[in-house]
Amino acid sequence: MTEQELKLQEKKAASSGGETTKNEAYFAPHVDIFETEKNVTVIADMPGVTPEGIDLSLEDNVLTIQGYRSLESQTGRVLLEEYESGHYLRRFTVAETINQDKIEASLVDGVLKVYLPKAGPAQPKKIEVKIG
Amino acid sequence: MAFIRFAERPTFRNPWAEFERIRQGLDELSRTYVDKGKGQQSANVYPALNIYEESDRLIVTAELPGIKVGNLDLSLEGDTLTIQGKRESRQNEAGISYHRREIESGSFSRGITLPVKVDADQVRARLNNGILTITLMKASAAAPRQINVTAE
Repeated sequence: MTEQELKLQEKKAASSGGETTKNEAYFAPHVDIFETEKNVTVIADMPGVTPEGIDLSLEDNVLTIQGYRSLESQTGRVLLEEYESGHYLRRFTVAETINQDKIEASLVDGVLKVYLPKAGPAQPKKIEVKIG
Repeated sequence: MAFIRFAERPTFRNPWAEFERIRQGLDELSRTYVDKGKGQQSANVYPALNIYEESDRLIVTAELPGIKVGNLDLSLEGDTLTIQGKRESRQNEAGISYHRREIESGSFSRGITLPVKVDADQVRARLNNGILTITLMKASAAAPRQINVTAE
């Protein structure tokens, strides 16, 4: 594969469905989501977030990824401001059945990886029809 | 006899009035663009940078998620700071199917001209959780000097 040049991607504001009381920005992190036979993996770019700031939940098939970072304002005079810092929030509806107890997550270089192992295939239940 | 009251007299027609009106309209237009992003300037080169100036130093920050320290290259030549690097491509295993692909990989290079002279020996760079922070101390000639005032 030839090496391509990285392009600047616009930061999209997260749609949380409600306004927060604090005037802090929330962005929707860019994600890669892929599926193998055994699990679903979600990779999200969340620069500036420490492992303590990650908040993951899976409820009613809705995976919520939240990342909080310290937003101390830089001191000094602003010469150039091309990006805004903020927290991260994104929600996905997961169609697959996930084994909740075995969800794993890691955070390296500002990139969050979440492994969602699929629950074993549900045993097809046979319904016998009695003729009588 | 017709009276023309002072206030009803046609004002002196300024031939430039129309241009003035257009200029004001354009000013307003550019103002709304600036207000939109809290004074944010749009970048079209990766990575987006923020630069802050303190009395004795310049601080350059960038969000570089997924970029390893070993793949990042900084250089300072005169007044030009160059940030180069690459984000490694994701593994392309067999048997996986993508639902979403929003994260891009590839190389980048960006050079910026610093507004003040800096001391090339005193540059510190830190990559922490995907945030790059470069601290450049101003050259002694550019740093402000305290001037003592003596009373006579």
